[in-house]
Amino acid sequence: MNGAALKDATLCAAVAAVLFVPVVGLRTAPGPTGPLRIEPHFGIVAVLVGLVLLGRLAIIAWQARRRPTAAETPRRVARVMARSGRYVAPALLALAVLLPFLPGTGRYELDLGILVLTYVMLGWGLNIVVGLAGLLDLGYVAFYAVGAYAYALLAQEFGLSFWVCLPLSGLIAGMWGVLLGFPVLRLRGDYLAIVTLGFGEIIRIVLLNWTNLTNGPNGIGGIPRPSFFGLPFSSGGEPGSFAHFFGIEPSPVQRVIFLYYLILALALLTNWVSIRLRRQPLGRAWEALREDEIAARALGINVRNTKLTAFALGATFGGFAGAFFATRQGFISPESFTFSESAIILAIVVLGGLGSQLGIAISALVMIGGFELFRGLDEWRMLVFGMAMVVIMVVKPRGLVGDRTPTIALGTRKAIGGGLVGQGQG
Amino acid sequence: MSLLSLEGISAGYGPVQALEDVSLHVGQGEIVTLVGANGAGKSTLLMTICGDPRARTGRIVFDGQDITALPTHLIMRQGLAQSPEGRRIFPRMTVNENLLMGAEVAGHDPAPGLAQARALFPILLERAGQRAGTLSGGEQQMLAIARALMSRPRLLLLDEPSLGLAPLIVRQIFGAIRRLNEEEGLTVLLVEQNAFQALRLAHRGYVLVNGRITLQGSGAELMTRSEVQDAYLGGGHG
Repeated sequence: MNGAALKDATLCAAVAAVLFVPVVGLRTAPGPTGPLRIEPHFGIVAVLVGLVLLGRLAIIAWQARRRPTAAETPRRVARVMARSGRYVAPALLALAVLLPFLPGTGRYELDLGILVLTYVMLGWGLNIVVGLAGLLDLGYVAFYAVGAYAYALLAQEFGLSFWVCLPLSGLIAGMWGVLLGFPVLRLRGDYLAIVTLGFGEIIRIVLLNWTNLTNGPNGIGGIPRPSFFGLPFSSGGEPGSFAHFFGIEPSPVQRVIFLYYLILALALLTNWVSIRLRRQPLGRAWEALREDEIAARALGINVRNTKLTAFALGATFGGFAGAFFATRQGFISPESFTFSESAIILAIVVLGGLGSQLGIAISALVMIGGFELFRGLDEWRMLVFGMAMVVIMVVKPRGLVGDRTPTIALGTRKAIGGGLVGQGQG
Repeated sequence: MSLLSLEGISAGYGPVQALEDVSLHVGQGEIVTLVGANGAGKSTLLMTICGDPRARTGRIVFDGQDITALPTHLIMRQGLAQSPEGRRIFPRMTVNENLLMGAEVAGHDPAPGLAQARALFPILLERAGQRAGTLSGGEQQMLAIARALMSRPRLLLLDEPSLGLAPLIVRQIFGAIRRLNEEEGLTVLLVEQNAFQALRLAHRGYVLVNGRITLQGSGAELMTRSEVQDAYLGGGHG
């Protein structure tokens, strides 16, 4: 431990002090006479600043110890990861399929599973746009919203069944994807991000203000629940219902299990389409585009169509997820489609490792499941959440699964180690 | 009969006029070079042939077909290929993937191109599974040329292949271009700042100054012209 390390740690502690004094140190509480007064909590601030100081010193010590083997260790880790990775995906899939029948799985676990799978699907959908085609989209939630409202309105106004509305919702969202795609064809990087961000907000604000159609901030309620291919789920068990048809006891869990398998199937469809397309000329064109647009153009790739298909396909899956969300919730309002949703989905994709299907599934599980796990921590939850993201980005800057398998090869495919993959891009 | 001909081409970016009434032709089996200083419009000329930016006036004819208004991706499927300035390989893909991308995205059979690339640059076989971004500059340039050849073009547009490379590597790359031309009959339009070597390699050359062609002739002839010698062959470029 030397002077430089101490100086570094002190600086970090000073920054932490500046941040924590107003955020943690000063709290408002109702005073004895009524009006609010400020209560100082400088003890906690001192503890936190102390933790930052010690933590920073620990990080410096750890990095100093690690440096000599830095070149070799990740490779060994990568090899172990690659070997175990072969089993992680089937194991996760088996767990996902069996979850409703595992002992100890109740209503809460199923609901959480549905939530996680919704984000897995959204992550995989956004991955087509961001991870494969390299188009930074900050307004992905717009397509989720379009899908949800499309389903809600079609089902309510025209009385169409879920299985008719689902593809229609995807189609409508996909059309909006193309609509967004056209004006941003010439934009790249930061500029694209800003425009997509604006697009997401436009959709939300239109939903909020177009009261005739969307019922504005009050949202749309009473959205029809899905039926089991025409057999409704009902608690009464009357003739023609799901329980009656199969001759089993009616139970509200049946619908939840059905919803669970529905979103699992939709997510797996997204995954299957992405994996298949990656091996097709279209998927390769996306990757070429992500790597270098000018080179892609010089190789005879139709850049316009390639970008539009990426936007359209990503949006379609977002629309499917939205339709599912609407039918599951039974109620939707513009509040569910704020920018923070886009940010969470993007964070899932980036933390998982752009372009990695397995990584995105794991990071959705960790982010959404973990967020739920820390529910008891109340307002500290965001802090834990933020810290977890920082730790992942420090330890694995290319995402949880940074490796990529060549999409095009002669003979065997060899995984490309995360260390060789450009930072922040798969 | 010329494989490629440009007649009265003007082009530019926004208000900037980069090319002014440029006419040139490249005959079947020829190596033609376009030399000029930085910013003379050499790269713009190659890009204009590919349709990006579009020519504002004039006509571009390739193999008897007017390609002036064709979309870029279709131009690139007519039998011409470009190795762009700055190489622009796909850094996160392997060498092999880069090569295969050159053929398959436009629907060509990769096998003959791959065999040719490996015969021409054996190092690419050695590095086949390596991430292209980890190659040296010279190897990247070889990869860029090999990738362009994957679509089996009849005309290769080469933009500054010697940029930032050691003289020994430049000689190797220029040797490969000569071999391609002599053995395979490949037609090449070469854009170079390295005028001395380019003119020595080429059958004919054009000199581009501020977006206009000021001189043309055989490579040997241009090298003896005092204007060329003063501008490009004196001092640093020898």
